[in-house]
Amino acid sequence: MKKIETFAGVFKARGVERRDFLKFCSLISVSLGLAPALVPRIVHAMEHKPRIPVLWLHGLECTCCTESFIRSSHPIAADMILNMISLDYDDTLNAAAGHQFEEIRKQIMEEYKGKYILAVEGNAPLKDNGVYCMVGGQSFTSMLKETAENAMAVISWGSCASFGCVQNAKPNPTGAVPIHKIIKNKPIVNVPGCPPIAEVMTGVITHLLTFGKLPELDRLNRPKAFYGTRIHDKCYRRPFFDAGMFVENFDDEGTRKGWCLYKMGCKGPTTYNSCSTIMWNEGTSFPIKSGHPCIGCSEPGFWDNGPFYTRLAEVPFVASDSGADKVGMYAVGAAAAGMAVHAVGTAIKKAKNDSDSNPTQEG
Amino acid sequence: MSKRIVVDPITRIEGHLRIEAVLDENNVIKDAYSSGTMWRGLELILKGRDPRDAWAFTQRICGVCTTVHALTSVRCVEDAIGAQIPPNARIIRNLIDVTQHTQDHLVHFYHLHALDWVDVVSALSADPKETSRIAQSLSAWPKSSPGYFKELQTRLTKFVESGQLGIFSNAYWGHKAYKLPAEVNLIAVAHYLEALDFQKEIVKIHAVFGGKNPHPNYTIGGMTCAIDPNSDNAINIQQLNMVKKIIDDTATFIDQVYIPDLIAIAGYYKGWLHGEGLGNYLSYGNFPQTADPASGLWPSGAILGKDLATIHEIDLADMGQVQEEIARSWYTYSKGDQAALHPWEGETNPKYVGPDLPYEYLDTDHKYSWLKAPRWKGNPMEVGPLARVLLQYAKQEPMIVDTVNGVLGALDVGPEALFSTLGRTAARGIECKQTAGFMSKFYNQLIDNIKAGDYQVFNNDLWDPERWPKECKGFGYTEAPRGALAHWIHIKDKKILDYQIVVPSTWNASPRDGKGQPGAYEAALANTPMEDPEQPLEVLRTIHSFDPCLACASHIMDMNGNEITTVKIV
Ligand code: SF4
Ligand code: SF4
Repeated sequence: MKKIETFAGVFKARGVERRDFLKFCSLISVSLGLAPALVPRIVHAMEHKPRIPVLWLHGLECTCCTESFIRSSHPIAADMILNMISLDYDDTLNAAAGHQFEEIRKQIMEEYKGKYILAVEGNAPLKDNGVYCMVGGQSFTSMLKETAENAMAVISWGSCASFGCVQNAKPNPTGAVPIHKIIKNKPIVNVPGCPPIAEVMTGVITHLLTFGKLPELDRLNRPKAFYGTRIHDKCYRRPFFDAGMFVENFDDEGTRKGWCLYKMGCKGPTTYNSCSTIMWNEGTSFPIKSGHPCIGCSEPGFWDNGPFYTRLAEVPFVASDSGADKVGMYAVGAAAAGMAVHAVGTAIKKAKNDSDSNPTQEG
Repeated sequence: MSKRIVVDPITRIEGHLRIEAVLDENNVIKDAYSSGTMWRGLELILKGRDPRDAWAFTQRICGVCTTVHALTSVRCVEDAIGAQIPPNARIIRNLIDVTQHTQDHLVHFYHLHALDWVDVVSALSADPKETSRIAQSLSAWPKSSPGYFKELQTRLTKFVESGQLGIFSNAYWGHKAYKLPAEVNLIAVAHYLEALDFQKEIVKIHAVFGGKNPHPNYTIGGMTCAIDPNSDNAINIQQLNMVKKIIDDTATFIDQVYIPDLIAIAGYYKGWLHGEGLGNYLSYGNFPQTADPASGLWPSGAILGKDLATIHEIDLADMGQVQEEIARSWYTYSKGDQAALHPWEGETNPKYVGPDLPYEYLDTDHKYSWLKAPRWKGNPMEVGPLARVLLQYAKQEPMIVDTVNGVLGALDVGPEALFSTLGRTAARGIECKQTAGFMSKFYNQLIDNIKAGDYQVFNNDLWDPERWPKECKGFGYTEAPRGALAHWIHIKDKKILDYQIVVPSTWNASPRDGKGQPGAYEAALANTPMEDPEQPLEVLRTIHSFDPCLACASHIMDMNGNEITTVKIV
């Protein structure tokens, strides 16, 4: 663990030409949506920084976040974990097990005090002394606290770590809570989604590596670069929404013509995520493109925000192309009380609304 | 003098698993104990919800074998309310499912299992020319030049010299149980990286039909991915071409990389035939070809005591067949802890009575796991690829018989070698070749239907819960990559009254039952000699050969939705 290399060094050692290295850096900047002027800074960062150790813990979860992470196409997972970061501790990929595995965690915590990233997938059950998630004979909760102690920053992967996700849905039998309820004294980046999009996950890390600081966050601690707008704001079916053309059942003509899924329960109007822009699996598709309504999987408490196929509260539809139709709701059916936010479906007003209009309920 | 070793956490699996093993004075495992150390309690969470949403909740049981719970759940709800799905929906579901099997097996072999056999550090001393010669003798895979391996080796050397070993830190490199020559290790490392890159391509098929992976979308009554070859907003020839290309590339990768590697690696370990285990195998069958769930390409049946001549029939609705016990699990039953309950009458009352945290050892003489112990007619059973391959072999399925005999012949071992850790690993590869073939079969079925003018993927008849019976019960099943999976549901007044799941890894990772019979992992670990008890490589080999998925295993659903009692720490 003593000798520390830079990205550029590793690239050079791999026989990657400087020209290709520069190309790689500008690709990263494109994938992060950055101005070309920033490329030199990326190059500089890659040339001078050692690989940051990452300790990746797994609590109550389903490992879909790890699975999503290894689907990343730019950068690909192998480059990420072998050349950009040092993924020293991860249940899913590490060769060592048992006490050899635990030694790694302890060693990094010691040798890289304040210089490692703690990435958490899943969350911690607080009920009954944490017996619902135990690792190496200790509760996951105590392991989490211990590992966070010397971390530079914490990344909460997925809706589990960010907001609670499925085990935290009512009645939350194990007392599962998101990471920020337990770790209070560290910068935390929430990367929600069930799972988050692969390139969003690798994008969060490359942002940190490249610019040397965490991405700007909204009030729910989500990176603005990926959670700044609603699915609905950039959905390619939006013209049909505005025109009042809706799928009424999954076997009708509108389904085959790709009309709006609002009436089938689409949560796109209340969901902040990058699905309709970056899309999934290297831009192959996203739920709405495959004809399924968005279930809002990156929103706090989405499991309890009403049945997935029940439309968001009744809307007086003005079939118009002016984009001025108002959608006065933000919750589902009868459960609407208390969460009503006045959403306006135009791009201009949306900028102001931003995430501040988002329900803050944990769930 | 006997000693006890603990491996916790077991890495390269899904979820949280702990193994404790008692060794004799010759370092041979006498007794092993498998403990699932997490529980999420989804049974209470599902109660009272819209049954049409159940697929999404149950899908989050597992993100590794993503899709299998969603599929089983829609089958389960459709069975309960009596919904029929169009042939295209059945074919697309089969295609998504078989894509999952193929990708999951590939990832398991290279990323979760290979490092039990492959010494990464030894690859540093390989001769790239000799590596190239060996690689080219194994297969026609084009990435096999001396230059390719040299470049990789240089990268690897720099990586190791950097001192930041990442996922390869502090592992068992140089362990005596590693038997591969340096050159074969280098080939395996190359393919570890190539497979890591390629696996993400395979699941793009999920994105086409289900919008994303992990966790693609399903719906009851069919699928939502409209097909219309003349629409620019539905699945048309452009997307189908993409699917076709992925299918072809996948078959090539399996044939030219996975299978040759499997045979090459197994050839050096055929003297290590430990890990036989129970000798009892169970499979529910899968990939229905008509509306009848029993019309699957994979057969159902049970094998007892390695007797391939007698295949026992299975009935999931028979109260005396599939049952769960909790005598050695952290639960109680109202009828007493010795009871064995069918899912229809199941109970989930968690009660942790293990040692105070943190602990050094579990109390393995009493209760020691969050997993229940499922039993078939009282027998502990192994589920998964080996069970399925043995069943098809016994039933003389030609493709399986040919491939199994081919692999056994190439390794120069008899059929008894199948009953081992290595046999389990080989069965997964053999099955992967079969599933890669099914991908293309199902694709062709879909194309034939579209050609004939059938675009329907969804049946709206029973979408509206108003049209459902007031009260109904049903079950759905599949074979997940890791084995037999079934869901049971009870719907009342359009809501979920009860939901029950018995998953593959609960069968395999189960603790002992009321009669003291060990589960599949526990039985397979017994009698295994260890080179060095401090370095549990042999334990990892056998456990990984089952491909554990503990998040699945510990999501026991409670048919009767009993309230969870307060847990006392004793
Ligand atoms: S955020 Fe949701 S999803 Fe990711 S591990 Fe969790 S259950 Fe899976
Ligand atoms: S309601 Fe859904 S489908 Fe319709 S435009 Fe908005 S995000 Fe797209």
